[in-house]
Amino acid sequence: MTEGRGKPVGLSGDLAVAYAVKQADVDVIAAYPITPQTIIVEKLAEYVNDGELNAAFVPVESEHSALSAVVGASLAGARVFTATASQGLALMYEILWIASGLRTTVVMALANRALSPNINIHCSHDDAYAARDAGWIQFFAENVQEAYDLTLLAFRVSEDKKVLFPSIINLDGFILSHSLERLLVLDDKEVKEFLPPKEPVNPIDPDNPKTYGPLDLYDYYIEHKRQQAEHFKASYPRILELMREFSEFAGREYKPIKTYGLEDAEVAIMILGSSAGTARYVARKLRAKGEKVGVISLTLYRPFPVNELLEAVKGLKALAVMDRSYSFGSPGAQLFMDVTAALINAKEKPLMFNVIYGLGGRDLMPDHIVQVFEMAKQVAKEGEVKEAQVWVGVRE
Amino acid sequence: MSTKKLGWRELPIGAIITTPGNSVEYKTGAWRALKPVYHKEKCVKCLLCWIHCPEPAIIRHEDDTIEIDYDYCKGCGICANVCPVKAIEMVMER
Repeated sequence: MTEGRGKPVGLSGDLAVAYAVKQADVDVIAAYPITPQTIIVEKLAEYVNDGELNAAFVPVESEHSALSAVVGASLAGARVFTATASQGLALMYEILWIASGLRTTVVMALANRALSPNINIHCSHDDAYAARDAGWIQFFAENVQEAYDLTLLAFRVSEDKKVLFPSIINLDGFILSHSLERLLVLDDKEVKEFLPPKEPVNPIDPDNPKTYGPLDLYDYYIEHKRQQAEHFKASYPRILELMREFSEFAGREYKPIKTYGLEDAEVAIMILGSSAGTARYVARKLRAKGEKVGVISLTLYRPFPVNELLEAVKGLKALAVMDRSYSFGSPGAQLFMDVTAALINAKEKPLMFNVIYGLGGRDLMPDHIVQVFEMAKQVAKEGEVKEAQVWVGVRE
Repeated sequence: MSTKKLGWRELPIGAIITTPGNSVEYKTGAWRALKPVYHKEKCVKCLLCWIHCPEPAIIRHEDDTIEIDYDYCKGCGICANVCPVKAIEMVMER
């Protein structure tokens, strides 16, 4: 997707995110290096050092501290950014919940990488899924253009007074983080129009002291969680509005859910991140041969676009939900659980099965997609799911 | 707390306490399992209990005798422990 407004440049996913963060004119960056995110914060350190970005760059001793530092800075009223991956996200885990519960506006890029063991630096969605329950808005980029655009959008969304929740921009490690692609970058002045300075809500103020994160027991904790839950749900329509606004502004369309071929598809694949492009490429080839196949992917993973998904699956006979992760002991991996839960009470829903693929950067090849479409066609034909979970691209 | 408890719609976002110094409204006396009982006749007015009480729930009088503030005393027993003359006794709450 390289149409719309902007100047064409060639950047890797990491550099595109760093460029967007610079244009967003952040006040505080705290980060700890971890592959495949490192280039983002290295570039930002360079921008700050060279005087191109007037921000405080805090080189902390761990990811736990990185997120803690930006949580504090966000509460003090700053526009803040950090980035991480895999083990780094795992080390941030307790602060993830605090960042959301305190209603900070942290924006974080997550260059998706498999969790250890064994040490692997390549793409899985383990880290994204690990954050799914913590109250963060999550976007998934499919290409470098989206990584850039969604970073700009994330600041606007998180800081919006009808939202006030932190955001994660997921970009597939190496596949997007390190791949050079053509993209269109907006003008600094245009970005400033779309992204006015942050107006903090209840900031830290010595003249007007407040307590953040106090002891909260059985008499109030559940009310605070209920409020957070209701406000998170209520942020959804506002996120849609802001996506529409960004689409008009940049001339590139952003919607929570992307569908391809669903007007007449009988079977479809649902998938996240860069693999969605591969799936659509294969679907296009198969459709040219008259096969009724389609693809569903999500740009917005949290809050989960339930109604749009209900609409999208109408008429489908079988749906293969593909997860680049695994949930041990669960009836299905993480996206599968979301999708099946979202559709459980729908009158019209497809038969569903779960496909595990691409762990630790194993390439998802067009042939694998063909294989999954074949499985989905078989399920549709037989009218039952014989294997609820299958793996592709693995040696047996 | 003496005031009416608020529902989720009325609470400040982010579970922030926006009115400083309101912890006095939060009475912690109900946490107590053991209750300190002061025996004034044994007291030597050394005030070790007053110094050591972490709350502080020991009220010091003009004449250096003390009184226990049961609204906030959590029953930790430090006062009874530090008292050199056993003028504070811990008894079961009932």
